[in-house]
Amino acid sequence: MLKLKVNDIDIEVEEGLTVLQACEKAGVEIPRFCYHEKLSIAGNCRMCLVEMEKSPKPVASCAMPAAEGMNIKTNTAFVEKARKGVMEFLLANHPLDCPVCDQGGECDLQDQSMFYGVDKSRFKENKRYVPEKNMGPLIKTHMTRCIHCTRCVRFATEIAGVSEIGAIGRGEDMQITTYLEQSVQSELSGNVIDLCPVGALTSKPYVFEARPWELKKTESIDVMDAVGSNIRIDTYGWEVKRVLPLINEDINEEWISDKTRYACDGLSNQRLDTPFIKYNRKFEKANWEEVFKIIKSKIKETPKDKIAGFVGDLTNMETSYIFKEFFDRTLDTRNYECRSSNYYVGINERENYLFNSSINGIEESDLIFLIGSNPRFESTIVNARIRKSFVNNSTKIISLNDIGDLTYPYQSLNGQTKTIVDIFEGNNQVSKKILDSKKPLIILGESFFKSQSSEFLFNLIKNFLKKNNKINDEWNSLNKLTSDASTVGSLDLKIINEGKNIFNELKSNNFEIIYLLGQDNLNFTKKDEFIIYQGSHGDKGADIADIILPGAAYTEQSGYFTNLEGKLQKAYKASYPPGKAKEDWQIINELAEIMNNRKLFNDKDELKSSMINFINLQKENKTPINVNQSTKEDFKNEELVVDYKDYYFSNVIARSSKTMLDCHNSKIKIKKTGTDG
Amino acid sequence: MLKDQDRIFQNLYNDLGPDVASSQKRGDWINTKDLTSKGRDWIINEIKDSQLRGRGGAGFPTGLKWSFAPKEVGSRPHYLVINGDESEPGTCKDRDILRFEPHKLIEGCLIASYAVQAHVCYIYIRGEYFVDGQKLQAAIDEAYEKNLIGKNAAGTGWDLDIYIHYGAGAYICGEETALLESIEGKKGQPRLKPPFPALIGLYGCPTIINNVETIAVVPTILRRGGKWFASLGREKNTGTKIFCISGNVNNPCNVEEEMNIPLKELIEVHAGGVIGGWDNLQAVIPGGSSMPLIPKEKCETLTMDFDSLMAEKSGLGTAGVVVINKDQDIIKCMARIARFYKHESCGQCTPCREGSGWMWRMLERMAKGEASRDEIDMLGDVTNQIAGHTICAFGEGSSWPVQGLLRHFSKEIKSRNKFDPIIKEQKDIPYLVDQHLLDKNA
Repeated sequence: MLKLKVNDIDIEVEEGLTVLQACEKAGVEIPRFCYHEKLSIAGNCRMCLVEMEKSPKPVASCAMPAAEGMNIKTNTAFVEKARKGVMEFLLANHPLDCPVCDQGGECDLQDQSMFYGVDKSRFKENKRYVPEKNMGPLIKTHMTRCIHCTRCVRFATEIAGVSEIGAIGRGEDMQITTYLEQSVQSELSGNVIDLCPVGALTSKPYVFEARPWELKKTESIDVMDAVGSNIRIDTYGWEVKRVLPLINEDINEEWISDKTRYACDGLSNQRLDTPFIKYNRKFEKANWEEVFKIIKSKIKETPKDKIAGFVGDLTNMETSYIFKEFFDRTLDTRNYECRSSNYYVGINERENYLFNSSINGIEESDLIFLIGSNPRFESTIVNARIRKSFVNNSTKIISLNDIGDLTYPYQSLNGQTKTIVDIFEGNNQVSKKILDSKKPLIILGESFFKSQSSEFLFNLIKNFLKKNNKINDEWNSLNKLTSDASTVGSLDLKIINEGKNIFNELKSNNFEIIYLLGQDNLNFTKKDEFIIYQGSHGDKGADIADIILPGAAYTEQSGYFTNLEGKLQKAYKASYPPGKAKEDWQIINELAEIMNNRKLFNDKDELKSSMINFINLQKENKTPINVNQSTKEDFKNEELVVDYKDYYFSNVIARSSKTMLDCHNSKIKIKKTGTDG
Repeated sequence: MLKDQDRIFQNLYNDLGPDVASSQKRGDWINTKDLTSKGRDWIINEIKDSQLRGRGGAGFPTGLKWSFAPKEVGSRPHYLVINGDESEPGTCKDRDILRFEPHKLIEGCLIASYAVQAHVCYIYIRGEYFVDGQKLQAAIDEAYEKNLIGKNAAGTGWDLDIYIHYGAGAYICGEETALLESIEGKKGQPRLKPPFPALIGLYGCPTIINNVETIAVVPTILRRGGKWFASLGREKNTGTKIFCISGNVNNPCNVEEEMNIPLKELIEVHAGGVIGGWDNLQAVIPGGSSMPLIPKEKCETLTMDFDSLMAEKSGLGTAGVVVINKDQDIIKCMARIARFYKHESCGQCTPCREGSGWMWRMLERMAKGEASRDEIDMLGDVTNQIAGHTICAFGEGSSWPVQGLLRHFSKEIKSRNKFDPIIKEQKDIPYLVDQHLLDKNA
């Protein structure tokens, strides 16, 4: 511990901290622009100058390591003068167009010039103008406002791992730009907007949409992937204007992926706002009583084992639970399923479908082995962590397949499942690496579980890791990388059809009524089935439906989600469902009431406590179910294809989003023809 | 006046030839092995005794700098980097060393590398000195051939490789940490200090960076003894120095002279006097363009060394003496220098990036007489806001010449820029109006 003085306050700080951090510990605020906790230190804005005893010049506190016996002063006239000077320089060439700047109201430069600046400008020369740069469909640039803090450059190089943003020119002609003015090829690019302390980089889709003080801010959870990033949803009236990250060091740190941030405009497109009934292949608007009546009569005249229900990828846990209850109690059938195809899930133990090492654990790992997974697109935030681990600890990363640029180098193997068998029988060089490493991380992607012999392979891997003490109380190296937000929650709720193969029956059109709860990804051809679709967006599921029940999107209802590492988090209601649409749990509850004249739950609290009880019971109920484990004889070698959904179109909200379409087009470099509306 | 036998750079004018044979006649490479066999501590102590101060501008004691290098080589190798990025306007001493006395430099590299335990030495040469770099390369090749460097260099048992790295023409790369960035292939922008290069420098390894002239005088100091070097000049400002005299003199030249030589002697004797006679002298920039100028009155008695110039609020810098006579417009001269600094600012940190252009524009207007009177104080304020607030010394370098102008020639500026922005006659201007926005026509 180091003892030092800040403004005559004695404090003790750990070694390795900077003066700025020490000052913060002493409760002294230091203005800064270029300094950011998560980025390397640049020390170029010079705003954080403080007075240090025995130093004739003021020192940049962000870059100066704290040392024993330092005497720091931040409240002297000397420091004030230095800050005012720097502030004046920053504002000298800054356009001061705050009234038309999107950053206005949440601008570091505005705030700090209020506190530390002077009220007048003495700069009489012409101000500098810098041409706009193209940074793709997400980032709007206004480079005249740039104060050259280089946070965006450091973010792109260090966190995102794409060295595409940089500074060209020198002196006052220095300009921040992307390489050849192409759009930034990163799924984390939107974060530079939050990092930019001024209005140089602002959000393109949000341009001139609202002022920060007009927005209602709701802290919630993201559902675009299974990470469960903590977000803040900003709404203006009904409309979700933007999504911003919240800091959660255990999950998303300070970053969110572009899809999380920008798919929100999909919440106002393609919405189902009223019940629909299909007459003669055309949807007609209806009211709730009508559709409930039709559903009731259809269900009454159908044998119960001919009814099946599928839960989708964005459904919150309360809805999934009441859906399950509806099937269990009202319909008395267990034909429900949360997967979209018949891939293997070891449902009997929770660790079989979780990211057991936890997202924070990635940073401790010394070997990461990716099998059938492309974390960059399946789970961008996890990928950023893997990169962080690589940058900080030079973690060795191996992938079974060559899966393209992951923003960090990795060794790729031949992609055959035979190789997995070799490795986990201990007959491969990689096996030795796994055994040698203290904290290996085996990441199994969903594509792995979709392979033919996945059950055998999974048990082989698990047994190998258990045998070699890589799964113990401190470290569990077995990880499944889930890509959908609701999957883990639904599996916790056991919404899975064990025993018979529901997907075969679906494909052979054995069911008469199919209830799709936000499920758009089923692969089957409709024949004579009566399909009920409940969801928020008109997409593939609604297209084939006979009856549409308009539900709410994730921003419009509170609900729990379990993220890929098994953390239960609550998403809060930021807006309300459009038109006649209702919250999903309500629809099912009312349907149950119509069916049996009795609600399943009186209110949402009852639903929630019942759900939590169910989950806790499952946790206690640890008797492992004996499943016929497939043996090596069943194993057939095949090439593992890493098949992931298109990053920008992975769910209904993203598919309805114009911004996501723009991103997709900018990636595949479609030239606009002018006829694209 | 320096005696001929005390002259270190005997071939400063290429009378004797720069090749190894001629250099050996002048004493280079004679007993290099004996020098190194006396040990590192002896070398560093001898340099400390000689009170040699860095010739690159800052005047940091060289022996002290060498002693900062870690005593034991750890997992990371040590490097010696020679700063030959001589871009300071008014300075051209290193160039003559590179082309006419390369073996003094190369031998100095060997001894310094030995002293700081470096096996690799980089010589960073300004890109514009391409031809001179080629001449140095020829000398290095010759030295390799004669086994003066390379494996067991000059029989000292020390291995040394010397590489030349050409800059790309940025002034800022003469700043030691920017120079390291440039060698590493990055954009030439100064690094934050601490950590200092002596501990974390080139490629993260301990690195000692010295100016060409500093290293080139080292062998001679060791041969003749630190005491001899210290006997020249005066206390703490010892030895000889190459002065580059340019500007309005009859005979611009490079000359090696003793420290503490009177400026008048330097100009009158070596440079053939000021054009138009001594009385026509207006001011002198004593140490390259980044040093504040000194008006004629003070030039009469001024002696040229680090401390006496410091006392005049200027500095010896690189000893590039620029003489400005009364035919020149002093404000325009300084505006030109400010433009140079505006052009060469790396743009990394705020005060220098925004301030250097501001200073230049103000000076341009002042030179034309278009500035208002209050701007003179404001300009001084701006220079104070730059100096000392930047990452590297460029902030000082760009603001000192302007401060020098304001210190000594504010009368000149005031007489040219008569416009007073505060209109006192018009009493009906409300108090709240921004006074500085009122222009001539208000």
